[in-house]
Amino acid sequence: MSAVLERARADAQSAQAGEVILEVRNLVKHFNIGGGGLLGGQPAVVKAVDDVSFSIRRGETLGLVGESGCGKTTTGRCILMLDRPTSGQVIFEGRDLTTLAPAELRAVRRKIQVIFQDPYSSLDPRMTVGQIIAEPIAVHGIVRERKACNERVQELLSAAGLLPAMADRYPHELSGGQRQRVGIARALAMEPSLIVCDEPVSALDVSIQAQIINLLESLQNRFGLTYLFVAHDLSVVRHISDRVAVMYLGKIAEITDRVSLYAEPLHPYTKALLSAVPIPDPVVEAARERMVLKGEVPSPLNPPSGCVFHPRCPIAIEECERAVPAVKEVRPGHYAACIRL
Amino acid sequence: MENLLEVRHLSTQFATGAGIVRAVDDVSWDVKPGETVALVGESGCGKSVSALSIMRLVAAPAGRITAGQILFKGRDLLTLPDHEMRDIRGKDIAMVFQEPMTSLNPVLTVGRQLTEPCEIHLGMPPEQSRARAIEILGLVGISDAGRRLRQYPHQFSGGMRQRLMIAMSLSCNPALVLADEPTTALDVTIQAQILELMKGLSQRLGAAMLIITHNLGVVARYADRVNVMYAGKIVEHGTAREIYADPRHPYTLGLLRSVPRLDEPKREKLAPIQGQPPDLTRLPRGCAFAPRCAYSIARCATEIPPLGAVDGSHLSACWVARDLRERAAADAKAAA
Repeated sequence: MSAVLERARADAQSAQAGEVILEVRNLVKHFNIGGGGLLGGQPAVVKAVDDVSFSIRRGETLGLVGESGCGKTTTGRCILMLDRPTSGQVIFEGRDLTTLAPAELRAVRRKIQVIFQDPYSSLDPRMTVGQIIAEPIAVHGIVRERKACNERVQELLSAAGLLPAMADRYPHELSGGQRQRVGIARALAMEPSLIVCDEPVSALDVSIQAQIINLLESLQNRFGLTYLFVAHDLSVVRHISDRVAVMYLGKIAEITDRVSLYAEPLHPYTKALLSAVPIPDPVVEAARERMVLKGEVPSPLNPPSGCVFHPRCPIAIEECERAVPAVKEVRPGHYAACIRL
Repeated sequence: MENLLEVRHLSTQFATGAGIVRAVDDVSWDVKPGETVALVGESGCGKSVSALSIMRLVAAPAGRITAGQILFKGRDLLTLPDHEMRDIRGKDIAMVFQEPMTSLNPVLTVGRQLTEPCEIHLGMPPEQSRARAIEILGLVGISDAGRRLRQYPHQFSGGMRQRLMIAMSLSCNPALVLADEPTTALDVTIQAQILELMKGLSQRLGAAMLIITHNLGVVARYADRVNVMYAGKIVEHGTAREIYADPRHPYTLGLLRSVPRLDEPKREKLAPIQGQPPDLTRLPRGCAFAPRCAYSIARCATEIPPLGAVDGSHLSACWVARDLRERAAADAKAAA
């Protein structure tokens, strides 16, 4: 392994285990839509992320799960500063990213990388795999000499489980799994400490998903990476995460370590989500009690009053329509936002 | 019981720039009245093309059915004149497509799209077909049906559109519903709603279902019998219990081992299937799965294994099917 990669590893190991690397405090992201313009529609606000707080420790994987529109991707984009938070703080390695000047932000960005969901649209079709991986290295001036840069690309390819010859290929020549490996190599090129993985396996075939998950895990061990793993597949999230946060309609419903979340879910939404996941075993399925939620996720344009989950909640009482439940520590280290707990 | 649908030695090919793709290659399977059969496999394995072939909707001229029979209630659909096939589509055999966004007509009201099949296939007058549309919307759990009928698809959410697709497919009381990844585009809680709905309706109305999916959990929850496809061929067939408890094809075994399960303790590492899905224009001479197979023997590289019985009605297309259980057990022991 090269000196550069070894250094990244040493950096990671020298960092105190368990130290908080990222803290998201009261994050809010509203999108203004409609209003003004030629058609003069009614202005409206989508509350994509509404007062979300959590932290991630160095070397840990935090899973962020929820259904489409719950704000999990927007949360990830706010951490990457691809979307400017409306309010709240994103504190990475002690610095609040929302207050940084563009030049400072650029330097920090190197340490936070992203792996996107769709390996087809996140790679430039006109660049070879080698160019795709080399570009950020050149932009950030990590390796200046051309020969050294090529060597670095080769190392990254092999770290991502690709053959050196792949450097000369174009994305369209690769399968979905191979493309996702290129996306991973490109993220690794920056020697990041935190990687936001936004649904990194959901576009892949079942047989390939496990390959990519194993790769992500082994890279985490090797380079001391921290992951924010955004996904909707609860089985996959359980496998890869140390702790899991469940989001619903822009808010955190429950957050705790993996074992507690799956063994003793507290929030009724988490229970419903877990019950909705079919288990690949007909004998288990036949014996399983099912809890099918009524209705659909309401529009974030017009979220329900009080607890956003109350219209679908099997245990809602009248008060739920009025009181917005705070995220509280129900058991040690196990937080949930529900007044019935 | 007599078969409702019997697919015999079906082959469907596509002519592409890179060569001939045998999307479905000499495949046979059947569906009995009222049962739910699953066709499982990954993208490109030929499961959707199988359904399109049954409906005779394979896009010509690139794609064509080159061989086989599709017997529906004893009649071969492949030899029917076009107008008779049109009578069957939507009436006796209905289809639910994966993308509810793209399979509804955006410029027609929902009401028009729901009443059309009843008027065309069942000759219902407008008032009667409207009553039928309202009734069927109620069945799929869409309330306020009178108002909903005047709306357009864009006014419905994804889950609601899939309910519409199901309503449309059921409107003429079909004997068979082909559901091609009916819930893949939907969230898990909505997926659970839609699948419960489909299962309940097919039981109440006595319709048989073919579920096409890549989701092994969905299959375990809903299917009576399962066909596993790989590279255009059925590689394993059996009851759902047989397939999950005692897989006899290394591909099925690999799929089951590669997915994390919520009901089992977390494993240290997942056991993925090695390699990449096959390029259908350049399949190996022998078994298409052999290059990725952990149990392959010399014979696999040269001879294509036929689909044969391993245990009663449990079929597998693998040269090592009989020893697979022992070898897999030995493997698991070694890994532990």
